[in-house]
Amino acid sequence: MDQKNKFMNPYLAGVLLGFVLLATIYITGRGLGASGAMKSVAVTTVKATSPDHYESTAYYQDYAADHPDGPMKSWLVFEMLGVLIGAFLSGALSGRLGLKLEKGPGVTNTTRIIGAIIGGMLFGFGSQLGRGCTSGSALSGMAVMSFGGIITMFAIFGGAYALAWFFRKLWITR
Amino acid sequence: MLKMAPLIPEIISPEYNYLVALIVGLGFGFALEQAGFSSTRKLVGLFYGYDFTVLKVFFTAGVTAMIGVVLLSHLEMLNTDIIFVNPTFLPSAITGGIIMGAGFIIGGFCPGTSAAAAAIGKLDGWAFIGGATIGIFAFGEVFPLLEDFYLAGNQGPLLFYDVLGIERITFALILTAVAIFAFVATGMIEDKVNKKPVHILSGNWKKKTIAAAIPLAVVLLIMITPSRKEFTMEKLEARAAAGECKPDLIDADKLAFELMNNYYHYNVIDVRSPEEYEEFHIATAINIPLDDLHSTAYRELLNQRIQTNVFYGASPAQAKKACLVARYHGNTTSLALDVTAEDFRNTFYGEINIPENPTKSEQTVALFRRRAAEKMKEIEANLASREKPVQKKVTRVQGGCS
Repeated sequence: MDQKNKFMNPYLAGVLLGFVLLATIYITGRGLGASGAMKSVAVTTVKATSPDHYESTAYYQDYAADHPDGPMKSWLVFEMLGVLIGAFLSGALSGRLGLKLEKGPGVTNTTRIIGAIIGGMLFGFGSQLGRGCTSGSALSGMAVMSFGGIITMFAIFGGAYALAWFFRKLWITR
Repeated sequence: MLKMAPLIPEIISPEYNYLVALIVGLGFGFALEQAGFSSTRKLVGLFYGYDFTVLKVFFTAGVTAMIGVVLLSHLEMLNTDIIFVNPTFLPSAITGGIIMGAGFIIGGFCPGTSAAAAAIGKLDGWAFIGGATIGIFAFGEVFPLLEDFYLAGNQGPLLFYDVLGIERITFALILTAVAIFAFVATGMIEDKVNKKPVHILSGNWKKKTIAAAIPLAVVLLIMITPSRKEFTMEKLEARAAAGECKPDLIDADKLAFELMNNYYHYNVIDVRSPEEYEEFHIATAINIPLDDLHSTAYRELLNQRIQTNVFYGASPAQAKKACLVARYHGNTTSLALDVTAEDFRNTFYGEINIPENPTKSEQTVALFRRRAAEKMKEIEANLASREKPVQKKVTRVQGGCS
């Protein structure tokens, strides 16, 4: 790795992240999350582009009932705004800003973007089925020792390990 | 009296919750980016063995927060009964997890890390966010087909240590040890895959040992020290043994008399187990097991001005303990019944014999007890339809990813 701008020691970064999560639990009683904010965006888009469909679908109406002030007025949307700002500040401090694309050695830019979109679709879909992603279910679940959260964590990482060989051309081989 | 966290909504108004979200998000994003999670090749390195950063950061964060939660709970600064615990639905958790795993290896991110990457200008991060939004939309569209599967196997906010049948702190110790073991093992694998000499056990081993020993030491300290609750009880008992702060006692006949005439002035509390309570309880009594009496959920109930608490249990000692707990939490008028629940039952509902040639007082007592038994049954029957404040009213915080 020929990174000029070195990353933080992973254990130190882990302790920092752990304290952020602990503070969140201490103050609000809930953990961190990420995919929920994307759900807000998805629901908002449906509401804006196809109001009839939005009104007639139970799934969106359930969401609307949980978010009476509109789908964007959600805890996780504000948290994700913070994530974007915080990550931007970190990138600026460490000199890592810039429009870039990171990919395996044998992959074209187009393949990488398509891969990211398909991967995102799967992750988004799975996060809804599994009631949370790596942040909301696996990490926050581990902090409160939730059985479901830790099982989801094993399923995510186990699934990725099991499939890694099949997608090695995306990342390590030419 | 110290109030317990979570701070929202009791100590910090819920209106600030969005501001808190923004601030913790800032810390979250900063930590993710500093850890290198904005780099997709660093993330997937975990699955090919050349870079275990994800495991190190993730496991360290999880263990740090977990030990923090256990420590705060041990010090009674955080009420773990009401914090959000992700509910367990095994079929959907496992299937959803594997689909997410596929998304991880194909897309090279997870939702949180894609946001960190997008924030510093990574185009693949934005592509992933777009894809995730489409995936969530797709789930919404096919939800009716998946609903049964989604809701199958509901086990509620199940905790891992309960599944294993071990103590919370034992589980914390095991998970911490597993994490440290994983750090050493993956450190070796990482160097081997990158064809470097293995350096995890050499080099600055003193520093490394200290780093590994700190979390273990914290967990062990929690294990061997009494919790704040136990500590308080010990102190209270020591004071009671020394003759200070003696709980006031009430005897069975006096209690029965008071219940017959003005039960509404009394808040009778059975501190035995719910099973024992179900089997028999004194008229008007509610059930709060002694172990739960410390819970903040009951503070208000125990401190009602117009009612006097009367505690009873499986032994007078249990009743006295409960009385001391109530006193510790600010109630000064609590009484403890000087006989056991079983004695009370026998006194009134057992066979009441009048000896031959009774003295006047023996006769009065026997007659009183018979009448009291009937009257108490009547009161209990009348109250049977009331709303019982037995269940905890404090609900869990809503959380997760919805």
